[in-house]
Amino acid sequence: MNTLIDIKKLNLYYGTYHALKDVSLTIPEKAVTAFIGPSGCGKSTLLRTLNRMNDMIAGTKIVGSVEITGTDIYSNEVDVETLRKKVGMVFQQPNPFPKSIYDNIAYGPRLHGIRSKQKLDEIVEQSLRQSVLWDEVKDYLKRSAFSLSGGQQQRLCIARALAVNPDILLMDEATSALDPISTLKIEELVQELKDRYTIVMVTHNMHQAARVSDQTVFFLNGEVVEFSQTEQLFSNPTDQRTEDYITGRFG
Amino acid sequence: MSILQDANREQISRRRKIDWILHILFIAATAVGILALMALLVNIMMDGLSRLSPDLFTNYPSRMASKAGLKSAIVGSIYMVLIMTPISFILGVGAAIYLEEYANKNWLTRLIQLNISTLAGVPSIVYGILGLTIFVRGMHLERSLLSGALTMTLLVLPIIIVSAQEALRAVPRQRRDASFALGATRWQTVSGSVLPSAMPGIMTGVILALSRAIGETAPLVMIGALTFVAFLPNGIMDSFTVMPIQIFNWISRPQEAFHELAAAGIILLLGLLLIMNFAAILLRNKYSKNL
Ligand SMILES: Nc1ncnc2c1ncn2[C@@H]1O[C@H](COP(=O)(O)OP(=O)(O)O)[C@@H](O)[C@H]1O
Ligand SMILES: [Mg+2]
Repeated sequence: MNTLIDIKKLNLYYGTYHALKDVSLTIPEKAVTAFIGPSGCGKSTLLRTLNRMNDMIAGTKIVGSVEITGTDIYSNEVDVETLRKKVGMVFQQPNPFPKSIYDNIAYGPRLHGIRSKQKLDEIVEQSLRQSVLWDEVKDYLKRSAFSLSGGQQQRLCIARALAVNPDILLMDEATSALDPISTLKIEELVQELKDRYTIVMVTHNMHQAARVSDQTVFFLNGEVVEFSQTEQLFSNPTDQRTEDYITGRFG
Repeated sequence: MSILQDANREQISRRRKIDWILHILFIAATAVGILALMALLVNIMMDGLSRLSPDLFTNYPSRMASKAGLKSAIVGSIYMVLIMTPISFILGVGAAIYLEEYANKNWLTRLIQLNISTLAGVPSIVYGILGLTIFVRGMHLERSLLSGALTMTLLVLPIIIVSAQEALRAVPRQRRDASFALGATRWQTVSGSVLPSAMPGIMTGVILALSRAIGETAPLVMIGALTFVAFLPNGIMDSFTVMPIQIFNWISRPQEAFHELAAAGIILLLGLLLIMNFAAILLRNKYSKNL
C-alpha cells in the first residue's frame, strides 16, 4: 500500500505542556488507520495536526513535519483552506449547522465557489448516498438538520465532509455519542468509504478499532508505543504496555 | 416507629415560620415596585389621555396649548433613528466581530474590553459634551440632525458592542469548527455560520439600545437641539427636535394645559418603547428556540 501521510519527528506543545513527543508514523492510502490509547494521551491532538485545526488554539507550537503526498503541510506553500478541503473532519459530537439538510451539505461546495443549483443538487444527492442517508431523508431535504436523530446527524456530518471531495477523512471518536445501532451503521459506512478515501479514526473503544481498522496505532503519554497491522497488534503485541492496555489492565 | 415520625417538630415549625415571613417580605418588595409604576402610569394617563388626539401628531409646537403638537418632534425622532441605526449597527457589530472572532486575547484586547464596558455605563450627558466638542464644533456640523444622530450613535455603541459580543459568544464553538474544517476562511465562517446563529441576539441588543436612544434627552440638550421647531428637517444638516425634548419643554412651562400635553407625549413615548421591547422579546424567544 502506498504511503499517503508521513509524520516525522512531530512534537507539539500547548504552551509549555509537551503533548506529542517525537511522533513518527506513516499512514497508507485507502485504508483505515485507528488511533487508540487512554484518554489524554494525545490522539485528538495528533488528528488535529493533520488538518491543522490546532492552528486555531492559541499557544500551540509544532516542531517536525507532516507530509501529505510529499508536501509538508506546515510549509508556506500550503494554504490551510485547501488543506482542509482535502482533509475532511468529523467530530465527536454531531455538529450540523442550524440549517436545512440540503444547506448543510451544500455549505462546503458553496464555500469553494460552486453556485449552480444543478451542480449542488448533484453533490447533495451523491454525498447523502455515500453516507447511506439518502433514502431516509430524500423527501425532507428542506427540513432542519436538527430534526434528525443523533446517528442520522452524524451521517449528515460525514456527508457534509464528503461534499467538498476530500481524499482523507479524519474521525475523532465519531461514534462515542451514539447508540449501538447508529454506531454499527457508521462502522459499516467506514468500511465502504475506505475504497475511496483514506480514513484516520480516533477511538476510545478498542473493539471498534479491532473491528474496522486495517492499521492501529497505540499511544501513551503523547508517544507512539506500537504501530502495526490491526490483527497483529491485537493478537500479538510486541510491547508489554500494549498488551496491558488491550487486555484491559489500564485505560 | 415509622421513619417519618422522628423529626424534630419544633425545629421544623420554626423553619416553616421563617419561610412564610420571608415569602411575605418578598411579595411586599415586589409590590412596592409595581405600585409605584402603576401610580405613575395612572397619573400620566389621567393627565394625558384627553390630549391624545390626531392633532398631537399633525400640529407643530405652538405658544397656545390648544394648537400645539408633536409633529416636528416625532419626525425628528424618526429621522434620528433612521440615521443612527445603520451607522451604529455597522460600527457596533463590526467591533464585536473583531473582538470576538478576529482579535487575539491579549492585554490590549482586555483593555479595550474594559473600556467598552465602562463606556456603556457613562452618564449620557458626557456623550453630549463629547458630541458638542467633536461634531458641533470640531467638525462644524452645527446643531444639526446629523450631529444629534452621531452623538446618539456614540451613546449606544458600547451597549450594542457588548450585547453583540454576548450573542457571538453564545454560538457554540463546534459550529465554527465545522465550518473551518470544510476549508472556510475566517470571514466565510463568520458570515456563513456564526452571524446567522447570532443575528437574533444581536438584533435584540440593537433594538434595546435604540429604545434607550429614543428616550434620551440630556445629550441632545447639550449639543443644542432646539425646543421650538415649527418645521420639518429638510436634510441632515437642518436643526431639529425630538420627542423627549419637546416633552421636557412642555413640562417646564407653568400652564396646566402644557403639562397635559407633556403627559400625552409621555404616553406616546412609553407606547413606542413598549412596542420595541416587545419586538426584542419576540426575537429572543425565536432565538432560544433555534439554538
Ligand atoms: N487546547 C488545549 N490546551 C492545553 N492542553 C490541551 C489542549 N487540548 C488538549 N490538551 C492536553 O493535551 C493532552 C492530549 O489531549 P488530547 O489530544 O485531547 O487527548 P485524547 O484525544 O487522547 O484524549 C491532554 O493532556 C490534554 O489535557
Ligand atoms: Mg480526544
